[in-house]
Amino acid sequence: MKSRENTITQLIAHIFCGAAALCALLPFVLLIIASFTDNAWATANGYSFLPKEWSLEAYRYIAVQGSTIGRAYVMTVVVTVLGTVSSILITTLFAYGISNKDIPGMKILNFLLVFTMLFNGGLVSTYYTYVKYFQIRDTIWALLLPNLLMNAFNVILVKNYFTNSIPPSLKEAARIDGASEFRIFVKIIMPLSLPIVATIGLMTALAYWNDWQNGMYYLSERGGGHLYTIQTVLNNINENLQVLKQNASQAASIGATTVNMPTTTIRMAIAAIGILPIMIAYSFFQRYFVKGITLGGVKE
Amino acid sequence: MNERVALVFRREIIMTASKNRQLVPVRKKKIRWAHILPFYIMVLPGCIYLLVNNYIPMYGIIIAFKKLNFQKGILGSDWAGLDNFKFLFATKDSWVITRNTLLYNVAFFIVGTILAIAMAILINEVTSKVASKLYQSLILLPYLMSWVVVGYLVYTFLSGEAGLINKSILEPLGLDKINWYMEKKYWPFILLLVNTWKGIGYSMIIYFSNVVGISQDYYEAARIDGATKWQQIKKITLPLLKPTVITLFILSIGQIFRSDFGLFYQIPKNSGPLYDVTRTLDVYVFQALMKNSDYAMSSAAGAYQSVVGFICIVIANQVVKKFNKDSALF
Repeated sequence: MKSRENTITQLIAHIFCGAAALCALLPFVLLIIASFTDNAWATANGYSFLPKEWSLEAYRYIAVQGSTIGRAYVMTVVVTVLGTVSSILITTLFAYGISNKDIPGMKILNFLLVFTMLFNGGLVSTYYTYVKYFQIRDTIWALLLPNLLMNAFNVILVKNYFTNSIPPSLKEAARIDGASEFRIFVKIIMPLSLPIVATIGLMTALAYWNDWQNGMYYLSERGGGHLYTIQTVLNNINENLQVLKQNASQAASIGATTVNMPTTTIRMAIAAIGILPIMIAYSFFQRYFVKGITLGGVKE
Repeated sequence: MNERVALVFRREIIMTASKNRQLVPVRKKKIRWAHILPFYIMVLPGCIYLLVNNYIPMYGIIIAFKKLNFQKGILGSDWAGLDNFKFLFATKDSWVITRNTLLYNVAFFIVGTILAIAMAILINEVTSKVASKLYQSLILLPYLMSWVVVGYLVYTFLSGEAGLINKSILEPLGLDKINWYMEKKYWPFILLLVNTWKGIGYSMIIYFSNVVGISQDYYEAARIDGATKWQQIKKITLPLLKPTVITLFILSIGQIFRSDFGLFYQIPKNSGPLYDVTRTLDVYVFQALMKNSDYAMSSAAGAYQSVVGFICIVIANQVVKKFNKDSALF
């Protein structure tokens, strides 16, 4: 009796979880298959899980004519690396500073940090401030600074790790030995905090990689086109495939081989290239991704 | 703005923060500059960033009360009093965007919570470790994608000319194809579906960690008494999840004036005929600012959102404090 109930429970659990997992996965499968579909076939028969004619033309087109996409890809990597490294630096330093509550002013800073989670100036004044006073339009700062560089949640997460998981006696011992505060931070605090740093680093890298809003707000086609990231390109061709065509005609005028743009499948190919690194990183560092989510969720 | 902003995150974070407050060592009367100066240097970059990214824009909210002239700057522009707000609330839009923001948040919370709890319980029942991990990772996958990419995924299904639904389902069945991006009646469901699809993995993992934390003793006792699986879920798991649900509910009320710009902008592809059911406060602010350069309307709508949102959070926090002191935000 009991074992029969167990079997049924297992069956139900597997059916529902399997169905949910399949639902989560199938759109990605369709996207990737669509990117490998023959363009003419896809135009006539639509995106399909079982296309009759396959083709690499979308990828070939990107390889031959897609200087926009290649540059955007490099840009995405540069922004993600620069952004993540500086974000980790600023976040951990700030968190370490405010974790020393006995220093005058740190409690106020902590409050000012928490307050940013409750109230914000909103898009209009953020945009206006950055554009008018800091002049970040069409510069790389536009992709690095707004909203992404230091996140109050990450700071608090790191700060809690510093106060809860690192024994104060270690710092005391180092201080008695005459180590400077910076030396303590680099030699003791950071090595002991690698798990949390890896977690927030991964989430920050994901945020930088996925960001399309800053590119949309602060980069213009003419002045900032060379700074476009892959997400910005995806966002732009969403509105208008012409973006790619213009680039192709430029390439053609300087003597490159002209290929007709596979208009139906190329957007899927670009999207597929854009998500590939996330998929790879996810399969390797999945533990950290899940940890990044549950860190606050599990009661200690 | 911030996709991983999680209520639970905050709850727990602040909880630990408040616990630590008791550990503050007694400060020595005399300030030793050599000792404290390094700490000030450490927090300096973060302070500058908070100032630039958060506090100057916060001050910039007064744009809503100004007749902004881009060249003159915030301080140089003339005051407009409440004119901007009068214009905003005179339009039909102000009602529509408020309604959409509120209703979608309510629907997302109800559907998301029910499905997330159901999935968490089901995954917890899977005994095979490998299968359980696999299910979790797959269900979490959409959460890692940007809204632009999700927009493309949705487009493969809904595109008028090449979409899977029109071409591979409706056409072979002899049904008329549907112009998905023009017909607003479908969109409340599409948005609910897409949002749930993307976010379910996240909330499932939060609830899953709660379910895992429930002591096995309860179930053991129930089994000895002959309780079925369903009875165990109904009488043990769900009641024990109730405090978490209530806390998350109250905190989500605090967020009710915020909407996920990416969802409402990318998924409907900013299609005009759908505005009635897809435009939320954030989308409206964006459109008024970027497409029309209308500082008056956008700043008024933005300030309206920030201020009412802030009041909601403060009230929600006070309620949470009454109900469950550990979960309060501040």
